[in-house]
Amino acid sequence: MHPAFSIIFFTTASGAGFALLALLGLGAPLALLPASSSFGFTALAVAIVLAAGGLASSAFHLGRPERAWRAFSQWRSSWLSREGVLSVLTFLPTAAFGVGWVLFGTTGGLVGLCGIFAAGLATATIYCTGMIYASLKPIHQWHNSWVVPNYFALGLMSGFLVLDFLVRLWAPHPIGVPLLTFLVVLAAWWSKERYWRFIDTTSARSTAESATLLGTRGKVRLFESPHTEENYLLKEMGFRVARQHRLRLRRIARLAAFVLPALLTFLGLLFGGGFGGITAGLAVVSAALGLVIERWLFFAEAKHTVTLYYGAEAV
Amino acid sequence: MTSLPESRPHQKKLGLVIDLDICVGCHACATACKEWNASGHMGPLPDFNPYGDGAWGVWFNRIHSFEEGEGEGARTIHFPKSCLHCEEPACVTVCPTGASYKRAEDGIVLVNESICIGCKLCSWACPYGAREFDADEGVMKKCTLCIDRIYNENLTPEDRKPACVMVCPVNARHFGDLGDPDSDVSELVARRSGGDLMPELGYKPINKYLPPRSGRMAPSAAAVAASAEAASTGDKLLRWVDRLLSR
Repeated sequence: MHPAFSIIFFTTASGAGFALLALLGLGAPLALLPASSSFGFTALAVAIVLAAGGLASSAFHLGRPERAWRAFSQWRSSWLSREGVLSVLTFLPTAAFGVGWVLFGTTGGLVGLCGIFAAGLATATIYCTGMIYASLKPIHQWHNSWVVPNYFALGLMSGFLVLDFLVRLWAPHPIGVPLLTFLVVLAAWWSKERYWRFIDTTSARSTAESATLLGTRGKVRLFESPHTEENYLLKEMGFRVARQHRLRLRRIARLAAFVLPALLTFLGLLFGGGFGGITAGLAVVSAALGLVIERWLFFAEAKHTVTLYYGAEAV
Repeated sequence: MTSLPESRPHQKKLGLVIDLDICVGCHACATACKEWNASGHMGPLPDFNPYGDGAWGVWFNRIHSFEEGEGEGARTIHFPKSCLHCEEPACVTVCPTGASYKRAEDGIVLVNESICIGCKLCSWACPYGAREFDADEGVMKKCTLCIDRIYNENLTPEDRKPACVMVCPVNARHFGDLGDPDSDVSELVARRSGGDLMPELGYKPINKYLPPRSGRMAPSAAAVAASAEAASTGDKLLRWVDRLLSR
């Protein structure tokens, strides 16, 4: 599948934003985070900018961005529509939560309830994002049970890394947040490795034979393509990445998204203070780079069944 | 609404039956489709850079050619592919705007271009590559089963068929109601054991493909020699006349 930068940026940024929102919505009412209004303002602003920035970026992918509002109508059948509806709904309790926390300095009672509501909706939004991909039967690398857990794990990981950095600006020696961050990075790493192993060792049930009803005399192979030049299908669905590049990019993604952030978070946990702030900041930068590469690969490694009609033997 | 219409008893299911045994791969159906639909319901079908390198454009029907088997047992099969108007079209249910829809009355899958946002998700959801994005208008386009021909009262009744079916010089394409078990197309499918493409995905395509007949292996060298030996005196005489006349 063609890796469009607008969608890569959308899923990584929104994933981090909504996960951070969920962590703030749960963490603040439970008094696990700095209670000050200034922290509330900064952290919520970062979360909202990431989530909304990602959503805005996704509009650049559309052929008719001015009609984007129509995407809120088909939530009964479409995961994309559900994601749109829930992402916007999330901002309602978030606004109330933000006003309560920042202006009135409270995160308990009704304000806290709004935070918990926002957390629930943000989590549901991430679930919908995952399901957009996981529900697509023609793409084996997406239509499997690892995709939704991956979206959750990677979103949560990036949300935690940002939170760890922000918390350190108010509390120089945190323990709970970096410890959880460290564990979540390891969990996300594990789930991504399991995903990669899954797509490396399995392929779709569909084959060139099942796609064409042929094969009674042996292997089916493309003799002549319908057209000599590329078309939309090949540009969009026929994207290929060389095996060697794939493996190299995976190594970079593994290092930047998981190994370095885990290491840096652990160092921050041990030393704290200004040093901890720097390591946490570096962990965010490294993970952002790593996740962009990871998401690029998520598209580039995905094979669509239409390629079976263009010479692919398996997808 | 992108939820699918309820299937009723005796549901009409208009579609195509494509005979892989006799398709000669002439691409006439593809060009006739392009010609009709460029100015039809879904038109225009744009072409980009049409006279230079990297020419590409929107087509609803494309003819692939495959080989199966090795050596003397191998054969070439021409394989036209267009929208299969599935009974479970995920291209419809994934649509966030309601632009993509399946008609209750005849099962045809269409796009309402005026509300399509061009998110392309429907083209990802189609396993068969039936949908092509119009980068000019920013909306998705697809086969309409020539909805503007098959119900067109300005055409004579025998012309009310999809353009691809009308033009096929070898009658490899058939159009009809596959929901009616007694229709010509349903009987043809039953007689020739027609089947679905990628049935494992569960999209339940309405269009059916008739597999190539099995008895068309190229004769082996031994069989050719044996038949030559068995040739009667009469055959030899005829062959001598043939050689004489061919000089």
